[in-house]
Amino acid sequence: MQTSDQVDPHSHQHNHIGHADEHQNDYPMKPTRPSREQLAHIHGWGADLDRKNRPAVPMERTPPRFIHAHEEKLPQQPETVEILVSTERPGITPIFGTAQPPKGLSGMLRRIAFRWAENDMRHWLILLAADRVNVVEGIGEDLAKGKVPNVLAEMGIKSEWEHNKAGLAKKVAIGAAVVGTAVYLMRRRDR
Amino acid sequence: MLAMNYRGPYRVRADYKPDPVIEHPGDAIVRVTRTCICGSDLHLYHGMVPDTRVGHTFGHEFIGVVEDIGSDVRNLKVGDRVMVPFNLFCGSCFYCQHELYGNCHNTNPEAAAVGGIYGYSHMAGGYDGGQAEYVRVPMADVGPMVIPDDIHDDDAVLLTDVTPTGYQAAEMGDIDEGDTVVIFGAGPIGILAAKSAWLMGAGRVIVVDEVEYRLEFVKRWAQCEVVNFREVEDMAEHIKKMTDWMGADVCIDCVGGDAAGSIAQTLTGRLMKAQAGSSTVLHWAINSVRKGGNVSIVGIYGPTFNMVPMGNVLNKGLTIRANQASVKRHLPRLIEHIREGRLSPKDIITHRVPLEEISDAYHIFSSKLDNCIKTVLIPPRAHEVRAVKASTVQ
Repeated sequence: MQTSDQVDPHSHQHNHIGHADEHQNDYPMKPTRPSREQLAHIHGWGADLDRKNRPAVPMERTPPRFIHAHEEKLPQQPETVEILVSTERPGITPIFGTAQPPKGLSGMLRRIAFRWAENDMRHWLILLAADRVNVVEGIGEDLAKGKVPNVLAEMGIKSEWEHNKAGLAKKVAIGAAVVGTAVYLMRRRDR
Repeated sequence: MLAMNYRGPYRVRADYKPDPVIEHPGDAIVRVTRTCICGSDLHLYHGMVPDTRVGHTFGHEFIGVVEDIGSDVRNLKVGDRVMVPFNLFCGSCFYCQHELYGNCHNTNPEAAAVGGIYGYSHMAGGYDGGQAEYVRVPMADVGPMVIPDDIHDDDAVLLTDVTPTGYQAAEMGDIDEGDTVVIFGAGPIGILAAKSAWLMGAGRVIVVDEVEYRLEFVKRWAQCEVVNFREVEDMAEHIKKMTDWMGADVCIDCVGGDAAGSIAQTLTGRLMKAQAGSSTVLHWAINSVRKGGNVSIVGIYGPTFNMVPMGNVLNKGLTIRANQASVKRHLPRLIEHIREGRLSPKDIITHRVPLEEISDAYHIFSSKLDNCIKTVLIPPRAHEVRAVKASTVQ
């Protein structure tokens, strides 16, 4: 693949390099534009040149098109599980997801995170920490159900073997080197 | 039902979980027939999005058949074949009333900045997504669209996110006739943005990436120039050199926080998570665009902060536009483009994988193995339906 480094193909400029021995005045003072004839080979070119054809121009438009809006107040979804609500809102929204309610240690951390606004870094950093705790909890849940998670399969090792044997070998070699070094250093320390 | 199940960074599997149920009178239950892995799913997969809980089912690009409806649903019926925009939206809040369907204020209690998105963590509302056999679709009268009979399933599933997002990326660049447009990222969104830039009358389209097979594809499919950033010493200087030292009229970020290309950014943004993802592409876009130019952002970043050259935004008088795609408002025009043959989104599909093999599908897409550009997942029950109703499925 040849990386394009050509100057504008529609201008008459040469491929000069900008240095003190060149003159800026030798270059055009406005962007060069190809003609419509030069672009005629592009299939569909200019079909939406007219901004009237661009559906999201202007960005805000009211009344809205394309939808059947609910004219009355939206019914409130019943809360069947614990939902955490941003402090930047007055309360829970009429509609919300109920997947994976907070639980365990990660749930406690998430509840703590929601004491702070989205504007506060603590909110997000605690949530990221909760996510990592949740990963360990997930392994514990699997084991509690009698299922040993096949971590390598979950990471797609089969496809790595099929499509990137050299990369897999490299990763194994690096992993072995790291583990080997660690073992060596620990043994040396024990002596 | 069988569903994708997140177990931690870089770990997913197909697992069984209870079928979704109607939880609100405006809900529908949709049996998924096609679903995709999106580039933005990789931010979740890589553990970069806060409040991504173990057990979550990703997937915000899906189509399917309506299996059940709530008591308030009037515009859909059981058996309808529907495409479901990735954004959950109510249709009645201030933002929906201004056609900002990607910014709905009524569907995500857990954050105020972002509306509800299917299968995109609890930061986006805590809804399980469409990489499953069934999915709960709230506000079914408002979001889903019945798929016209002449639209192929593969095109329809790509109309739920990637095509409208690519199109809106170009649209937010406010492209004038003859403009030079630089698109960072040759993934599915960047490829569609390149095609859309021509539709809006661009004079030059240049796509930047490091993955050779993707650059080959976009060069051929979208008839554009390509730049491999690994072969370039400095991106801003290179783009200026290519544009008579003016800079591009429009720069579009189709990458987001997973960007490569800068050791410092990779270290602070991706590995240490000291910023909300790598802001390499934001740097390149701001510094490569001409004075008075436009920068459009559809790449995904985390919710905290990024280090960007804000002084240059001011000094150059730039306009920056960014948003989640307002999918529903784009569908009629994009369907026209497909019918007229100007767009054929399904051309970018390279992999079709059974949902059962989701671990490998994610790894292939994430690691860009086997020349992967776009992966479509087929749930087991989609196969059964195809066998029974072969004449109605294209």
